[in-house]
Amino acid sequence: MAINWFKYSAPTTFYGLAGKLIPVFAWPAAILFAIGLYIGFFVAPTDAVQSEAYRIMFIHVPASILSMFVYLIMAGYAALGLIFKTRLSSMMAQALAPTGALFAFISLWTGALWGKPMWGAWWVWDARLTSELILLFLYLGFIALQASIDDPRRADKASALLAIVGSVNVPIIYFSVKWWNTLHQGSTIKFSGTSMHISMQQAMFAVLVACWLYAIAVSLARVRSIILEREANTQWVNDLPEVRSVER
Amino acid sequence: MNKLSLVGLLGLVIRRDLLLAMRRRADVLTTLIFFVMVVSLFPLGVGPEPEMLRKMAAGVVWVAALLSSMLSLPRMFSADYLDGTLEQMMLAPQSLTVLVLGKIAAHWMLSGLPLALIAPVLGLQFDMSAQALGMLVLALLLGTPILSMIGTIGAALTLGLRGGGVLVSLLVLPLCIPVLIFGAGAVEAVTTGMSVASNLAFLGALMLFALVFTPFVAAQALKISME
Repeated sequence: MAINWFKYSAPTTFYGLAGKLIPVFAWPAAILFAIGLYIGFFVAPTDAVQSEAYRIMFIHVPASILSMFVYLIMAGYAALGLIFKTRLSSMMAQALAPTGALFAFISLWTGALWGKPMWGAWWVWDARLTSELILLFLYLGFIALQASIDDPRRADKASALLAIVGSVNVPIIYFSVKWWNTLHQGSTIKFSGTSMHISMQQAMFAVLVACWLYAIAVSLARVRSIILEREANTQWVNDLPEVRSVER
Repeated sequence: MNKLSLVGLLGLVIRRDLLLAMRRRADVLTTLIFFVMVVSLFPLGVGPEPEMLRKMAAGVVWVAALLSSMLSLPRMFSADYLDGTLEQMMLAPQSLTVLVLGKIAAHWMLSGLPLALIAPVLGLQFDMSAQALGMLVLALLLGTPILSMIGTIGAALTLGLRGGGVLVSLLVLPLCIPVLIFGAGAVEAVTTGMSVASNLAFLGALMLFALVFTPFVAAQALKISME
């Protein structure tokens, strides 16, 4: 029996699948958040150099990793949508963008909160901080372009092209910023290469996986809304039990 | 018309855009005046100490160049789009990529080149040395084409959108950061007595990289916007 690999690439079928998958990702995310943050805040030992303030790292590091990772995934989906003209891929890219921007923002915010007690400044022009800020700008540009084009097909294609250009540019920006920074002031901040305590690793890993699952769950929820919005005047949407109950 | 070679097409597009700009000189001049004004405002904001001005001169000129090249981007395709010329150009059998390349070249001659030529005068306001001024012009000559090329993608993507002018800056400015860094870095290297070779090499590499890819990407963007 041949398996139809493309069955769920149609918004009609994916809508139902996404609805079933959301709790599968959302519950483990919530549980892992609870476990990870509990270990991070109550079990992990106090750091010798940074005392209690380092604990914000358990949110900061996963958010930073996810902010970069989600951009890649988003650009990948956007490229798929542009090349194969699969509508769902473009919708996924659109659904991922706010989550990525949120992670970039959380990463910058927690970084500032961490930086104040550690470096004595809310913000330093460190290469990593600067490139994270630029990443947030790229997300905002993607969202702004998508939002200002009324025709969804053109919006998908235009923002896909922007995401691809952005992802080519990200390494160039990162290295130029890094180089600029060393040229101006030398790296004043170095992270000590001390090995992490095992409970810190556990907490970090749990929160990282939780963030990952959260990102999947939230994008699936968002893509469901996007499908409903775009297909609002089709028969299958009007036949959905949730839509009919609202209309009555 | 079908016999038109690629170089011929390139020359034709450039000549046409320059001629159109000559008929409406005010558009080019406003961009230039904007550039001069922005640069002149900085000393008023931060104070007239020559020591500090000399230090920030390169950065100020580069940021102003970046902003004023954004200013002329929305006009790049909009007139041709509104009167239907762009549609005819896209229907033509010749390569759209080459056509876009011609547009980029014309845009640079009208926005980047004048900036680079007037920059030394502004540099004098900031008490820059002769070597630094020379390097500023060289870096601007290398860097402003990249701004035009990246900007073209933004202009093509936002063609015909409401609020396109602000949007194009939002899309393009983050992508221009490497140009800003290496361009201002080259001038800074002269003033601090370090080697400029690496900065110029990076600028040149970025320009070649952009030259290869951006006309094609911008042509694709135009196709998306025009469907």
